Amino acid sequence: MNEKVEQITLCIKRGKINKASLFPPDMKEQDGADELVKRAIDNGVKPSDILDACMKGMQEIGTLFSQNKVFVPDLLMSAKAMSAAMEHLKPYFQSGEVKRKGTFIIGTVTGDLHDIGKNLVSMVVEGSGWEIVDLGVDVSPEKFLEALQQHPESAVGLSALLTTTMPAMAQTVKAIKGQNPAVKVLVGGAPISQEFAEKTRADCYCPDPQSAADYLAGIAA
Amino acid sequence: MKKFNTLAISDPEGLVFGRSTYPVTTRRGLVIGDGNVYPELNFTLPEIEISETTLPTIVTMYQSIVDEACKRACELQCPGLVIEFETLIEMTLNPHFALRITETINSVLDKYHENHGLKSALRLTPNDTRDKKRPPSMRSGPLLENMLKTFSLCANAGAELLSIESTGGKEIHDDALISCDIAKALFALGIMGVRDMSFLWERIIPIAEDVGTVAAGDTACGFGNTAMVLAERKFIPRVFAAVIRAMTIPRSLVAYEMGAVGPGKDCGYENPFIKAITGYPMAMEGKSAACAHTSPLGNIAAATCDLWSNESVQNIKLLGGMAPTVSLEQLAYDCRLMNTATKKKQMVTLRNLMVESDTYHDPQALILSPENVILISDTILNRTNHYTMTKYAAIKALEIIEKAHNDGLCVIPENEVSWISMLGDLLSSLPDQTETFIEQTIPLLDAKKFRPEDYELRLKNQATAV
Repeated sequence: MNEKVEQITLCIKRGKINKASLFPPDMKEQDGADELVKRAIDNGVKPSDILDACMKGMQEIGTLFSQNKVFVPDLLMSAKAMSAAMEHLKPYFQSGEVKRKGTFIIGTVTGDLHDIGKNLVSMVVEGSGWEIVDLGVDVSPEKFLEALQQHPESAVGLSALLTTTMPAMAQTVKAIKGQNPAVKVLVGGAPISQEFAEKTRADCYCPDPQSAADYLAGIAA
Repeated sequence: MKKFNTLAISDPEGLVFGRSTYPVTTRRGLVIGDGNVYPELNFTLPEIEISETTLPTIVTMYQSIVDEACKRACELQCPGLVIEFETLIEMTLNPHFALRITETINSVLDKYHENHGLKSALRLTPNDTRDKKRPPSMRSGPLLENMLKTFSLCANAGAELLSIESTGGKEIHDDALISCDIAKALFALGIMGVRDMSFLWERIIPIAEDVGTVAAGDTACGFGNTAMVLAERKFIPRVFAAVIRAMTIPRSLVAYEMGAVGPGKDCGYENPFIKAITGYPMAMEGKSAACAHTSPLGNIAAATCDLWSNESVQNIKLLGGMAPTVSLEQLAYDCRLMNTATKKKQMVTLRNLMVESDTYHDPQALILSPENVILISDTILNRTNHYTMTKYAAIKALEIIEKAHNDGLCVIPENEVSWISMLGDLLSSLPDQTETFIEQTIPLLDAKKFRPEDYELRLKNQATAV
């Protein structure tokens, strides 16, 4: 049984989605996360153990990524393998038998149209077991507040790439904290610094995607 | 549409800083590409909201920045300079913001020209706001209208070099970059990008002609530089970023095919290729743009420049003065060295040192060496359409990288080596016929991210192009 669960971890880590997928080349024609998770469920493996195995795979690829040993495309393939696995776990999420770590609302602040950084953070955080609510780019404080009304237990991530949208980020943090003092707010982007995060009273400055996942893991624990 | 059939500069020896085949002369006497390299200064605002209320403060900031820069230029006996005004989103959405700033900068440049003989030009680069809406509306709507209005108003108010960092195809390219999907990147640049460039420059050229200003060219910053920055952060392989750079050349070339004459905008690291193909002068940025971003091209970028830029710097106080003034001084000294080398007929020697100091440290630098610029540019001109130009530019870049790696010359990180053959195989497997490529790629794209009609494409049964 452990071996099967370990294989799931390996498939997630290596980004092996299913038997038909060509990536990674050295796992060609082998079963992927899709087949292995289905089989594990059929064989009575606890869904929570499967979820743990998947998250372990994501954590391992995340660590390799942090060490600059793999690239974003590798991470992306792992995320796709994770999605394939999650499809089989959907009913157990719906029944409450297994739970995600929480919900993470993310968006690029008003006046800023950049979204690559935001998308990378979304991918890594999703892989670490969080449900993502992606509000997109040029997101007003009001839109963040609306999303928080719909997902009141969420943490929030704000992204900005321009110095001139830093005031919008500060206003957004203020708006969120004003109405939801307990909500954790994470900020990141090229011009953002620890000092700026502290000044705006954000809870965490994230210089890279993994630091967002690490912080969220801490508050979920 | 102008067709470039042969290279304007076919000998690598002739591809050198300060010299272009067709120099550009500006209103205040600056001749760009006629022997001298001039600084091009760009800057951005510190943390400030841009609104009607803050506009007077912002205008005063621009006035002060340009005034201080011109003053320093005069003190350093710098013979001329270009100021770039790159608008921020709100300034393009509200063209009268951009107009106020343009008028202000222009009056400062006039003052220094009249009082001190300082030759100068103002480059206007409205940011491409069309992707504010998702999916973007590239060919109609108020965002496009205001962008074109910004060009028109500011050109009439003294902005002399008209440029843009256009974003057509970025809807698909961003995802292609982070997934290192070479086929989608090729589609974004070689199909969508070139079509959007034709559309956009067909509208910018007449504005320049009406006012008697200069259509200076576009840059693939949102494509090639995004790749470069992602590679610097180790998010994607440097080899992939180098290939993307080669693939941006045909896209940026379209501006010149439509009638632009340079100087191409600083952040276009594809500009050396454009210079070889067109003979028009180019701005470049490198080590003196470290204030804006890191790059592996610090010295080699200067090898073929006609304007030398700092890319962008925040208006913050440093020990030596405000940051833009400090930046101008650094650029002025860089230019003085290059111009002295030219006077002493040592420009090729200095250029070669710039090239050799960077070439083999990174595949992105490797493809920018004059010999490789000529090889890739020649490959492009040997193709008959933009799709195959883009595809074969990538293949040639990979061949150059592979050879330098096999010869033990170029530093390729171990975890990137397999990407060379992998990308080569993928590119070789793609068809040479544009329509076939479109038909096989369109079904793979996220149709929610772009409007096919804006690129003369149609999702008929998920797979037909117009």
